[in-house]
Amino acid sequence: MTTVLTTRRGMLFGAAALTLTACTGTRVRAQAPAGPFKLDPLPYAPAANEPHIDAMTMEIHHDRHHAAYVSNLNAALAQNGEAAKLPLQDILAKLGEMPEAIRTALRNNGGGHANHTMFWQIMGGKGGAPAGELAAAVERDLGGLDKLQTDFNTAGTRVFGSGWVFVTVTREGKLAIVAKPNQDTPLMDGARVLMGNDVWEHAYYLKYQNKRADYLKAWWNVVNWDKVAERYAAAKAGTLTI
Amino acid sequence: MAFELPPLPYAYDALGPYMSAETLEYHHDKHHLAYVNNGNNLLKDSGLEGKSLEEIVKESYGKNAGLFNNAGQHFNHIHFWKWMKPNGGGKSLPGKLQAKIDSDLGGYDKFRTDFVQAGVTQFGSGWAWLTLKDGKFVITKTPNGENPLVHGGVPLLGVDVWEHSYYIDYRNLRPKYLEAFVDSLINWDYVLELYEAAV
Ligand SMILES: [Fe+2]
Ligand SMILES: [Fe+2]
Repeated sequence: MTTVLTTRRGMLFGAAALTLTACTGTRVRAQAPAGPFKLDPLPYAPAANEPHIDAMTMEIHHDRHHAAYVSNLNAALAQNGEAAKLPLQDILAKLGEMPEAIRTALRNNGGGHANHTMFWQIMGGKGGAPAGELAAAVERDLGGLDKLQTDFNTAGTRVFGSGWVFVTVTREGKLAIVAKPNQDTPLMDGARVLMGNDVWEHAYYLKYQNKRADYLKAWWNVVNWDKVAERYAAAKAGTLTI
Repeated sequence: MAFELPPLPYAYDALGPYMSAETLEYHHDKHHLAYVNNGNNLLKDSGLEGKSLEEIVKESYGKNAGLFNNAGQHFNHIHFWKWMKPNGGGKSLPGKLQAKIDSDLGGYDKFRTDFVQAGVTQFGSGWAWLTLKDGKFVITKTPNGENPLVHGGVPLLGVDVWEHSYYIDYRNLRPKYLEAFVDSLINWDYVLELYEAAV
Protein backbone atom coordinates (compact mmCIF):
# COMPACT_ATOMS: atom_id res chain seq x y z
CA MET A 1 0.00 0.00 0.00
CA THR A 2 2.85 2.37 0.78
CA THR A 3 4.31 1.73 -2.65
CA VAL A 4 1.03 2.56 -4.28
CA LEU A 5 0.72 5.77 -2.32
CA THR A 6 4.23 7.03 -2.89
CA THR A 7 4.00 6.52 -6.64
CA ARG A 8 1.03 8.88 -6.72
CA ARG A 9 3.54 11.74 -7.14
CA GLY A 10 1.40 14.13 -5.21
CA MET A 11 -1.26 13.89 -7.88
CA LEU A 12 -3.98 13.18 -5.39
CA PHE A 13 -6.72 15.70 -5.42
CA GLY A 14 -10.44 16.11 -4.90
CA ALA A 15 -12.28 12.91 -5.54
CA ALA A 16 -9.38 10.53 -5.20
CA ALA A 17 -8.23 12.08 -1.95
CA LEU A 18 -11.73 11.65 -0.59
CA THR A 19 -11.70 7.97 -1.40
CA LEU A 20 -8.37 7.57 0.29
CA THR A 21 -9.55 9.24 3.47
CA ALA A 22 -12.59 7.02 3.54
CA CYS A 23 -10.53 3.92 3.02
CA THR A 24 -7.71 4.56 5.41
CA GLY A 25 -9.80 6.02 8.19
CA THR A 26 -13.03 4.63 9.49
CA ARG A 27 -14.66 2.17 7.15
CA VAL A 28 -17.41 4.02 5.39
CA ARG A 29 -20.06 1.96 3.72
CA ALA A 30 -22.51 3.09 1.06
CA GLN A 31 -25.99 3.28 2.52
CA ALA A 32 -28.04 0.59 0.81
CA PRO A 33 -31.76 1.15 0.36
CA ALA A 34 -33.91 -1.34 2.21
CA GLY A 35 -34.03 -4.57 0.26
CA PRO A 36 -33.55 -8.29 0.49
CA PHE A 37 -29.77 -8.31 0.00
CA LYS A 38 -27.03 -7.04 2.22
CA LEU A 39 -23.29 -6.63 2.05
CA ASP A 40 -21.57 -8.98 4.45
CA PRO A 41 -18.29 -7.72 5.91
CA LEU A 42 -15.08 -9.14 4.51
CA PRO A 43 -14.44 -12.44 6.32
CA TYR A 44 -10.86 -11.32 7.15
CA ALA A 45 -8.85 -8.12 7.51
CA PRO A 46 -8.32 -6.17 4.25
CA ALA A 47 -4.57 -6.78 4.63
CA ALA A 48 -5.05 -10.55 4.87
CA ASN A 49 -4.12 -11.06 1.23
CA GLU A 50 -0.97 -8.93 1.31
CA PRO A 51 1.38 -8.78 -0.44
CA HIS A 52 -0.45 -10.39 -3.36
CA ILE A 53 -3.57 -8.24 -3.09
CA ASP A 54 -3.04 -4.94 -1.27
CA ALA A 55 -5.32 -3.81 1.55
CA MET A 56 -6.44 -0.66 -0.25
CA THR A 57 -7.60 -2.65 -3.25
CA MET A 58 -9.51 -4.99 -0.94
CA GLU A 59 -11.17 -2.08 0.87
CA ILE A 60 -12.25 -0.19 -2.23
CA HIS A 61 -13.28 -3.38 -3.96
CA HIS A 62 -15.46 -4.56 -1.09
CA ASP A 63 -16.63 -1.30 0.49
CA ARG A 64 -17.27 0.56 -2.78
CA HIS A 65 -17.63 -1.73 -5.78
CA HIS A 66 -19.38 -4.63 -4.08
CA ALA A 67 -21.47 -2.24 -1.95
CA ALA A 68 -22.67 -0.50 -5.12
CA TYR A 69 -23.81 -3.81 -6.64
CA VAL A 70 -25.80 -4.63 -3.50
CA SER A 71 -27.31 -1.18 -3.34
CA ASN A 72 -28.26 -1.16 -7.03
CA LEU A 73 -29.63 -4.71 -6.80
CA ASN A 74 -31.88 -3.71 -3.90
CA ALA A 75 -32.95 -0.56 -5.73
CA ALA A 76 -33.98 -2.60 -8.76
CA LEU A 77 -35.88 -5.09 -6.62
CA ALA A 78 -37.65 -2.33 -4.72
CA GLN A 79 -39.78 -1.90 -7.84
CA ASN A 80 -40.68 -5.57 -7.96
CA GLY A 81 -42.03 -7.46 -4.96
CA GLU A 82 -42.30 -10.87 -6.64
CA ALA A 83 -38.70 -11.03 -7.85
CA ALA A 84 -37.52 -9.74 -4.47
CA LYS A 85 -38.77 -12.95 -2.82
CA LEU A 86 -36.50 -15.18 -4.90
CA PRO A 87 -33.06 -16.36 -3.84
CA LEU A 88 -30.32 -14.74 -5.90
CA GLN A 89 -29.36 -17.91 -7.78
CA ASP A 90 -32.96 -18.25 -8.97
CA ILE A 91 -33.14 -14.61 -10.10
CA LEU A 92 -29.95 -15.14 -12.09
CA ALA A 93 -31.00 -18.49 -13.55
CA LYS A 94 -34.33 -17.00 -14.65
CA LEU A 95 -33.27 -13.57 -15.89
CA GLY A 96 -35.35 -14.08 -19.03
CA GLU A 97 -38.47 -14.29 -16.86
CA MET A 98 -37.68 -11.18 -14.83
CA PRO A 99 -39.48 -7.91 -15.65
CA GLU A 100 -37.81 -6.34 -18.63
CA ALA A 101 -37.47 -2.97 -16.94
CA ILE A 102 -35.11 -4.37 -14.30
CA ARG A 103 -33.58 -7.31 -16.18
CA THR A 104 -30.31 -5.57 -17.04
CA ALA A 105 -30.01 -4.16 -13.52
CA LEU A 106 -30.55 -7.64 -12.07
CA ARG A 107 -28.04 -9.16 -14.47
CA ASN A 108 -25.32 -6.62 -13.74
CA ASN A 109 -25.87 -6.06 -10.04
CA GLY A 110 -27.20 -9.48 -9.09
CA GLY A 111 -24.28 -11.01 -10.95
CA GLY A 112 -21.93 -8.57 -9.25
CA HIS A 113 -23.29 -9.46 -5.80
CA ALA A 114 -23.09 -13.22 -6.40
CA ASN A 115 -19.62 -13.10 -7.93
CA HIS A 116 -18.08 -10.94 -5.23
CA THR A 117 -19.71 -12.89 -2.38
CA MET A 118 -18.07 -16.07 -3.71
CA PHE A 119 -14.80 -14.22 -4.36
CA TRP A 120 -14.26 -12.97 -0.78
CA GLN A 121 -15.17 -16.37 0.60
CA ILE A 122 -12.52 -18.33 -1.32
CA MET A 123 -9.69 -15.85 -0.68
CA GLY A 124 -7.86 -15.02 2.54
CA GLY A 125 -6.00 -18.33 2.40
CA LYS A 126 -2.43 -19.38 1.89
CA GLY A 127 -2.64 -20.96 -1.53
CA GLY A 128 -1.01 -24.34 -1.88
CA ALA A 129 -2.97 -27.23 -3.28
CA PRO A 130 -6.40 -28.80 -2.88
CA ALA A 131 -6.67 -32.10 -1.02
CA GLY A 132 -8.76 -35.25 -1.03
CA GLU A 133 -11.80 -35.53 -3.23
CA LEU A 134 -11.35 -32.04 -4.69
CA ALA A 135 -7.74 -32.77 -5.64
CA ALA A 136 -8.91 -35.94 -7.38
CA ALA A 137 -11.56 -34.01 -9.31
CA VAL A 138 -9.00 -31.39 -10.36
CA GLU A 139 -6.74 -34.20 -11.58
CA ARG A 140 -9.54 -36.02 -13.37
CA ASP A 141 -11.35 -33.09 -15.03
CA LEU A 142 -8.73 -30.37 -15.37
CA GLY A 143 -5.46 -32.30 -15.76
CA GLY A 144 -4.09 -31.45 -12.31
CA LEU A 145 -3.39 -28.24 -10.40
CA ASP A 146 -0.63 -26.95 -12.70
CA LYS A 147 -2.79 -27.33 -15.76
CA LEU A 148 -5.80 -25.83 -13.98
CA GLN A 149 -3.74 -22.77 -13.06
CA THR A 150 -2.28 -22.38 -16.56
CA ASP A 151 -5.61 -22.79 -18.32
CA PHE A 152 -7.50 -20.63 -15.81
CA ASN A 153 -4.91 -17.84 -16.10
CA THR A 154 -4.97 -18.04 -19.90
CA ALA A 155 -8.75 -17.80 -19.90
CA GLY A 156 -8.48 -14.80 -17.56
CA THR A 157 -5.97 -12.94 -19.75
CA ARG A 158 -8.17 -13.57 -22.80
CA VAL A 159 -11.22 -11.81 -21.37
CA PHE A 160 -11.24 -8.58 -23.38
CA GLY A 161 -12.49 -5.81 -21.13
CA SER A 162 -14.10 -6.61 -17.79
CA GLY A 163 -15.11 -10.06 -16.63
CA TRP A 164 -14.45 -13.18 -14.63
CA VAL A 165 -12.88 -16.59 -14.99
CA PHE A 166 -14.53 -19.44 -13.09
CA VAL A 167 -14.31 -23.12 -12.30
CA THR A 168 -17.83 -24.53 -12.45
CA VAL A 169 -18.98 -27.64 -10.62
CA THR A 170 -21.89 -29.96 -11.39
CA ARG A 171 -24.01 -31.88 -8.90
CA GLU A 172 -21.88 -34.93 -9.82
CA GLY A 173 -18.73 -32.99 -8.93
CA LYS A 174 -17.45 -32.48 -12.46
CA LEU A 175 -15.30 -29.38 -12.97
CA ALA A 176 -14.82 -27.06 -15.96
CA ILE A 177 -13.19 -23.67 -16.66
CA VAL A 178 -15.52 -20.95 -17.96
CA ALA A 179 -14.92 -17.22 -18.63
CA LYS A 180 -17.70 -14.60 -18.62
CA PRO A 181 -17.88 -10.90 -19.52
CA ASN A 182 -18.70 -8.13 -17.05
CA GLN A 183 -20.68 -9.51 -14.07
CA ASP A 184 -22.16 -12.47 -15.88
CA THR A 185 -21.87 -15.75 -14.02
CA PRO A 186 -22.40 -19.44 -14.80
CA LEU A 187 -25.36 -19.14 -12.39
CA MET A 188 -27.10 -17.50 -15.37
CA ASP A 189 -26.77 -20.84 -17.20
CA GLY A 190 -28.20 -22.66 -14.19
CA ALA A 191 -24.71 -23.93 -13.31
CA ARG A 192 -22.80 -23.69 -10.02
CA VAL A 193 -19.53 -21.89 -9.35
CA LEU A 194 -16.77 -23.62 -7.42
CA MET A 195 -14.35 -20.69 -7.55
CA GLY A 196 -13.60 -17.65 -9.67
CA ASN A 197 -11.29 -14.70 -10.14
CA ASP A 198 -12.28 -11.13 -10.93
CA VAL A 199 -10.43 -9.69 -13.94
CA TRP A 200 -12.06 -6.26 -13.91
CA GLU A 201 -9.20 -3.78 -13.78
CA HIS A 202 -10.46 -2.56 -10.38
CA ALA A 203 -9.41 -5.94 -8.95
CA TYR A 204 -5.73 -5.34 -9.65
CA TYR A 205 -4.97 -1.92 -11.11
CA LEU A 206 -3.49 -0.23 -8.02
CA LYS A 207 -0.88 -2.95 -7.64
CA TYR A 208 -0.49 -4.59 -11.05
CA GLN A 209 -1.69 -1.87 -13.46
CA ASN A 210 -1.68 -3.31 -17.01
CA LYS A 211 -0.11 -6.60 -15.88
CA ARG A 212 -3.21 -8.75 -15.53
CA ALA A 213 -1.21 -11.93 -16.10
CA ASP A 214 0.95 -11.20 -13.03
CA TYR A 215 -2.18 -10.63 -10.93
CA LEU A 216 -3.75 -13.88 -12.11
CA LYS A 217 -0.59 -15.76 -11.21
CA ALA A 218 -0.24 -14.12 -7.77
CA TRP A 219 -3.90 -14.66 -6.89
CA TRP A 220 -3.40 -18.40 -6.40
CA ASN A 221 -1.26 -17.54 -3.36
CA VAL A 222 -4.33 -16.31 -1.47
CA VAL A 223 -6.81 -19.01 -2.44
CA ASN A 224 -8.35 -20.68 0.59
CA TRP A 225 -8.57 -24.29 -0.55
CA ASP A 226 -10.48 -25.33 2.58
CA LYS A 227 -13.29 -22.96 1.58
CA VAL A 228 -13.16 -24.20 -2.01
CA ALA A 229 -13.43 -27.77 -0.69
CA GLU A 230 -16.49 -26.75 1.37
CA ARG A 231 -18.09 -25.37 -1.78
CA TYR A 232 -17.24 -28.59 -3.61
CA ALA A 233 -18.90 -30.70 -0.94
CA ALA A 234 -21.94 -28.39 -0.93
CA ALA A 235 -22.23 -28.65 -4.72
CA LYS A 236 -22.32 -32.44 -4.49
CA ALA A 237 -24.85 -32.26 -1.67
CA GLY A 238 -27.00 -29.92 -3.76
CA THR A 239 -26.75 -27.13 -1.19
CA LEU A 240 -24.38 -24.73 -2.99
CA THR A 241 -26.24 -21.53 -3.83
CA ILE A 242 -24.11 -18.58 -4.97
CA MET B 1 -0.53 -0.83 -43.22
CA ALA B 2 1.06 -1.71 -39.93
CA PHE B 3 -0.27 0.01 -36.81
CA GLU B 4 2.05 2.46 -35.08
CA LEU B 5 1.86 4.02 -31.62
CA PRO B 6 1.64 7.79 -32.06
CA PRO B 7 3.42 9.92 -29.46
CA LEU B 8 1.25 11.71 -26.92
CA PRO B 9 0.55 15.19 -28.31
CA TYR B 10 1.57 16.80 -24.97
CA ALA B 11 3.83 16.08 -22.02
CA TYR B 12 2.83 13.25 -19.69
CA ASP B 13 2.21 15.71 -16.88
CA ALA B 14 0.31 18.22 -19.02
CA LEU B 15 -3.17 17.08 -18.00
CA GLY B 16 -2.65 17.27 -14.26
CA PRO B 17 -4.35 17.37 -11.91
CA TYR B 18 -7.27 15.91 -13.89
CA MET B 19 -5.30 13.06 -15.40
CA SER B 20 -1.97 12.21 -13.86
CA ALA B 21 1.34 11.51 -15.60
CA GLU B 22 1.27 8.06 -14.06
CA THR B 23 -2.09 7.31 -15.67
CA LEU B 24 -0.92 8.59 -19.05
CA GLU B 25 2.31 6.60 -18.87
CA TYR B 26 0.49 3.33 -18.29
CA HIS B 27 -2.38 4.17 -20.58
CA HIS B 28 -0.33 5.32 -23.56
CA ASP B 29 2.94 3.44 -23.15
CA LYS B 30 1.49 0.12 -21.99
CA HIS B 31 -2.21 -0.23 -22.86
CA HIS B 32 -2.20 1.54 -26.19
CA LEU B 33 1.11 -0.08 -27.15
CA ALA B 34 -0.34 -3.52 -26.39
CA TYR B 35 -3.27 -2.84 -28.73
CA VAL B 36 -0.79 -1.80 -31.45
CA ASN B 37 1.40 -4.88 -31.00
CA ASN B 38 -1.47 -7.35 -30.68
CA GLY B 39 -3.23 -5.68 -33.59
CA ASN B 40 -0.16 -6.02 -35.82
CA ASN B 41 0.19 -9.71 -34.95
CA LEU B 42 -3.46 -10.36 -35.69
CA LEU B 43 -3.38 -8.30 -38.88
CA LYS B 44 -0.94 -10.75 -40.47
CA ASP B 45 -2.81 -13.12 -42.77
CA SER B 46 -6.14 -11.52 -41.86
CA GLY B 47 -6.83 -10.52 -45.46
CA LEU B 48 -7.09 -6.88 -44.34
CA GLU B 49 -3.38 -6.04 -44.32
CA GLY B 50 -3.48 -3.35 -47.01
CA LYS B 51 -6.51 -1.51 -45.65
CA SER B 52 -6.77 1.71 -43.66
CA LEU B 53 -7.36 1.54 -39.91
CA GLU B 54 -10.99 2.64 -40.35
CA GLU B 55 -11.56 -0.07 -42.95
CA ILE B 56 -9.94 -2.70 -40.75
CA VAL B 57 -12.16 -1.68 -37.83
CA LYS B 58 -15.32 -1.83 -39.94
CA GLU B 59 -14.48 -4.99 -41.82
CA SER B 60 -13.26 -7.03 -38.84
CA TYR B 61 -16.36 -6.18 -36.77
CA GLY B 62 -18.37 -9.30 -36.07
CA LYS B 63 -15.93 -11.43 -38.08
CA ASN B 64 -12.52 -11.37 -36.40
CA ALA B 65 -13.02 -10.51 -32.73
CA GLY B 66 -9.33 -10.45 -31.77
CA LEU B 67 -8.32 -8.13 -34.58
CA PHE B 68 -11.41 -5.99 -34.11
CA ASN B 69 -10.78 -5.51 -30.38
CA ASN B 70 -7.22 -4.32 -30.91
CA ALA B 71 -7.81 -2.30 -34.09
CA GLY B 72 -10.86 -0.69 -32.50
CA GLN B 73 -8.89 0.24 -29.40
CA HIS B 74 -6.01 1.53 -31.54
CA PHE B 75 -8.42 3.81 -33.39
CA ASN B 76 -10.14 4.90 -30.17
CA HIS B 77 -6.90 5.72 -28.36
CA ILE B 78 -5.30 7.60 -31.29
CA HIS B 79 -8.23 10.00 -31.07
CA PHE B 80 -8.58 9.90 -27.29
CA TRP B 81 -5.16 11.53 -26.83
CA LYS B 82 -6.20 14.30 -29.22
CA TRP B 83 -9.60 14.73 -27.62
CA MET B 84 -7.82 16.08 -24.55
CA LYS B 85 -5.57 19.09 -24.00
CA PRO B 86 -4.28 21.13 -21.07
CA ASN B 87 -6.78 23.83 -20.06
CA GLY B 88 -9.46 22.20 -22.17
CA GLY B 89 -13.13 21.57 -21.52
CA GLY B 90 -15.59 24.09 -20.28
CA LYS B 91 -18.39 25.94 -21.92
CA SER B 92 -16.65 28.05 -24.57
CA LEU B 93 -17.19 25.92 -27.64
CA PRO B 94 -16.53 26.80 -31.27
CA GLY B 95 -19.72 28.39 -32.65
CA LYS B 96 -20.51 25.62 -35.10
CA LEU B 97 -20.40 22.96 -32.41
CA GLN B 98 -22.39 25.07 -29.97
CA ALA B 99 -25.11 25.51 -32.61
CA LYS B 100 -25.35 21.75 -33.22
CA ILE B 101 -25.34 20.97 -29.51
CA ASP B 102 -28.14 23.51 -29.03
CA SER B 103 -30.25 22.20 -31.90
CA ASP B 104 -29.64 18.47 -31.55
CA LEU B 105 -28.85 17.88 -27.87
CA GLY B 106 -30.80 20.53 -26.02
CA GLY B 107 -27.88 22.80 -25.11
CA TYR B 108 -24.54 22.49 -23.39
CA ASP B 109 -25.80 21.64 -19.90
CA LYS B 110 -27.95 18.83 -21.22
CA PHE B 111 -25.04 17.61 -23.36
CA ARG B 112 -22.80 17.56 -20.28
CA THR B 113 -25.33 15.64 -18.19
CA ASP B 114 -26.14 13.12 -20.91
CA PHE B 115 -22.52 12.54 -21.95
CA VAL B 116 -21.47 11.91 -18.34
CA GLN B 117 -24.49 9.66 -17.85
CA ALA B 118 -23.62 7.64 -20.97
CA GLY B 119 -20.17 7.02 -19.50
CA VAL B 120 -21.49 6.17 -16.05
CA THR B 121 -24.00 3.67 -17.44
CA GLN B 122 -21.63 1.87 -19.82
CA PHE B 123 -21.41 -1.22 -17.62
CA GLY B 124 -17.94 -2.71 -17.54
CA SER B 125 -15.34 -1.44 -19.99
CA GLY B 126 -16.11 0.80 -22.94
CA TRP B 127 -16.54 4.30 -24.27
CA ALA B 128 -19.06 7.16 -24.31
CA TRP B 129 -19.39 9.20 -27.50
CA LEU B 130 -20.57 12.34 -29.17
CA THR B 131 -21.45 10.88 -32.55
CA LEU B 132 -22.52 12.36 -35.88
CA LYS B 133 -25.26 10.12 -37.20
CA ASP B 134 -27.43 10.97 -40.21
CA GLY B 135 -26.37 14.60 -39.95
CA LYS B 136 -27.27 14.89 -36.27
CA PHE B 137 -25.30 14.94 -33.03
CA VAL B 138 -26.22 12.02 -30.78
CA ILE B 139 -24.76 10.69 -27.53
CA THR B 140 -23.97 6.99 -27.59
CA LYS B 141 -21.96 4.40 -25.69
CA THR B 142 -20.22 1.20 -26.73
CA PRO B 143 -18.65 -1.74 -24.88
CA ASN B 144 -14.95 -2.63 -24.87
CA GLY B 145 -13.23 -1.69 -28.16
CA GLU B 146 -16.34 -0.83 -30.16
CA ASN B 147 -16.96 2.64 -31.55
CA PRO B 148 -19.59 4.49 -33.60
CA LEU B 149 -17.87 3.62 -36.91
CA VAL B 150 -19.39 0.14 -36.78
CA HIS B 151 -22.84 1.57 -36.09
CA GLY B 152 -22.94 3.90 -39.07
CA GLY B 153 -21.80 6.98 -37.17
CA VAL B 154 -18.79 9.26 -37.06
CA PRO B 155 -17.12 9.56 -33.66
CA LEU B 156 -16.56 13.27 -32.97
CA LEU B 157 -15.63 12.93 -29.28
CA GLY B 158 -15.07 9.91 -27.09
CA VAL B 159 -14.10 9.19 -23.52
CA ASP B 160 -12.51 5.97 -22.35
CA VAL B 161 -14.37 4.44 -19.40
CA TRP B 162 -12.20 1.37 -19.03
CA GLU B 163 -11.09 1.47 -15.39
CA HIS B 164 -7.46 1.80 -16.53
CA SER B 165 -8.31 5.30 -17.72
CA TYR B 166 -9.20 6.60 -14.26
CA TYR B 167 -8.47 4.09 -11.53
CA ILE B 168 -5.15 5.57 -10.40
CA ASP B 169 -6.60 9.08 -10.12
CA TYR B 170 -10.24 8.48 -9.19
CA ARG B 171 -10.52 4.85 -8.02
CA ASN B 172 -14.17 3.77 -8.27
CA LEU B 173 -15.46 7.32 -8.82
CA ARG B 174 -16.14 7.17 -12.55
CA PRO B 175 -18.60 10.11 -12.48
CA LYS B 176 -15.90 12.42 -11.06
CA TYR B 177 -13.52 11.40 -13.82
CA LEU B 178 -16.14 12.04 -16.49
CA GLU B 179 -17.00 15.45 -15.06
CA ALA B 180 -13.33 16.41 -15.00
CA PHE B 181 -12.95 15.23 -18.60
CA VAL B 182 -15.84 17.42 -19.77
CA ASP B 183 -15.05 20.43 -17.60
CA SER B 184 -11.27 20.53 -17.92
CA LEU B 185 -9.87 18.28 -20.64
CA ILE B 186 -11.93 18.25 -23.86
CA ASN B 187 -10.12 19.62 -26.89
CA TRP B 188 -13.09 21.14 -28.72
CA ASP B 189 -10.87 22.33 -31.57
CA TYR B 190 -10.14 18.72 -32.47
CA VAL B 191 -13.87 17.89 -32.24
CA LEU B 192 -14.51 20.74 -34.68
CA GLU B 193 -11.82 19.45 -37.03
CA LEU B 194 -13.46 16.02 -37.13
CA TYR B 195 -16.90 17.54 -37.59
CA GLU B 196 -15.77 19.71 -40.49
CA ALA B 197 -14.04 16.75 -42.11
CA ALA B 198 -17.24 14.72 -41.82
CA VAL B 199 -19.71 17.21 -43.30
FE1 LIG C 1 -14.85 -6.70 -8.77
FE1 LIG D 1 -7.88 2.89 -22.66
